[in-house]
Amino acid sequence: MTSHDMRRAKNRRGGRSLAPVLLAAPGLLAALLASAPAWADAAPGATACTGCHGPAALGSAIPSLDGHAADEIVTQMHAFRSGERKATVMDRIARGFTEEETRAIAEWLAKPEAARHAQP
Amino acid sequence: MPSRRALIGGVAASVAVAVLAAPQVRAQTQPGVIVVGGGFAGASCARALKRLDRDLAVTLIEPEAAYLACPFSNAVIAGLRGIEAQAFRYDKFGRYDQFGDIALIRKRAVAVDAERRRVRLEDGTDIGYTRLVLAPGVDLRFDALPGYDEASAATMPHAWKAGAQTLLLRDQLAAMPDGGIVILAAPANPFRCPPGPYERASLIAHYLKASKPRSKLIILDAKDAFSKQRLFEAAWQELYPGLIEWVPLSSGGRVTEVDPATRTLVTEFGNHKADVANVIPPQRAGAIAQSAGVADQTGWCPIDPVTFESRLQPAIHVIGDAAIGGAMPKSAFSANAQAKACAAAVAALVRERPLAQPKLINTCYSLVAPGYGISIAGVYQPRDGLLAEVEGAGGTSPLEAPLSVRELEAAYAQDWFRTITSEVFG
Repeated sequence: MTSHDMRRAKNRRGGRSLAPVLLAAPGLLAALLASAPAWADAAPGATACTGCHGPAALGSAIPSLDGHAADEIVTQMHAFRSGERKATVMDRIARGFTEEETRAIAEWLAKPEAARHAQP
Repeated sequence: MPSRRALIGGVAASVAVAVLAAPQVRAQTQPGVIVVGGGFAGASCARALKRLDRDLAVTLIEPEAAYLACPFSNAVIAGLRGIEAQAFRYDKFGRYDQFGDIALIRKRAVAVDAERRRVRLEDGTDIGYTRLVLAPGVDLRFDALPGYDEASAATMPHAWKAGAQTLLLRDQLAAMPDGGIVILAAPANPFRCPPGPYERASLIAHYLKASKPRSKLIILDAKDAFSKQRLFEAAWQELYPGLIEWVPLSSGGRVTEVDPATRTLVTEFGNHKADVANVIPPQRAGAIAQSAGVADQTGWCPIDPVTFESRLQPAIHVIGDAAIGGAMPKSAFSANAQAKACAAAVAALVRERPLAQPKLINTCYSLVAPGYGISIAGVYQPRDGLLAEVEGAGGTSPLEAPLSVRELEAAYAQDWFRTITSEVFG
């Protein structure tokens, strides 16, 4: 079991033990759900990124996008699009997104790691 | 009609948990969303639905205990990788999946009654849905090529679904004497994994060059062009000179008949006798798509590019290889990206929220040899009722590139597989 799996298992246990509290207090459940980072808010195209870019714990040669600020992602995508930053595939993908679309994706990606990989 | 409770005890139990936790959504979560098929498309979609909306009742219908992935199965055929590296169990689905309860039903879905909105299982029971997502992948057409039926596949493997067929082709290659002729018959478009036959030819050539250097590989092709063609051909010339011969449609490449008894492949230009014959037949959407009435006369499923809802039946969505994805190729990456976009649309439709225009990405890596990778990528969005390529984006790896770029893409290919299978099954 990797450390990532272990964290997931811990999260699962945590979620289960909360259940009676939530049953007793539907208002609390609603508050938790409202604060949970929502996939429903994902900008068009954003969820496709995780097909290649996984959690940092995976230790992939493809960089994780976890922990990057939105501005940083926008700057890098711009550099990919212009060819200023050399790439194998990201230059070809970056050219498919406008400045506005890129910004929206970057804002979503910059949300906490939990938004994409861990239990909501 | 048998009662709901009798039909689906396990599902009812997990629905009950959701209802207890959130009574306000009871009306909306009964009877919920059913996903048929646990491949890259279906498994991704079931999880994405729960990620989007934990209170949505989601059922995944998949008869197998484990999924055998096709990407990288060509490396198994070439003896570079064990089949176990292709297997992904559904152990982490079901109760307490990381994104909430998914009701996993380990049975085969055999029919869909689109009018009554019910899916029938192999044991005769049936389950209702508010929305159905079909991700059945492909069926190989055993009626399209004279002489090639299911029995012929035991002699001339297709190996176009990972598993026993993959190992059969591997073992036939291993048993072939040096100097043998391997023939790979590639189908016309559209089919699962457009660069797949050529990656396979490359890795078989790698094996032959190392182990049986007097052998030859002939590709009999029903097309005049193929995915990443210039990159493949340049690499073949560089790595496997004289070993691979590609016969396009216009030079008589289309196979019109096969004889498994003599391993003969017939074309309009003559007969080819093989020592090992890998016949990749034409394909169509998986059988459940025909039953649901969502496949058209081509055998594939026309969809709305925003919602992935069938053009032929309401409340049924089709994703992955079975769908007519417009410019998107039938790949694992496409299936995963479509699944997440479809899940967003399904969740919005169920909750009566506004729909967003999706934007999708595809990236396909192919290995030409170990440590030598090439790729094709694309960005897609709805246009004129289809998923169309965003102009100015996408394309293949550069034709001229140092070996370091090919090495990097081979490493990315490996890690793409690790990442996507972790997201979908892990």
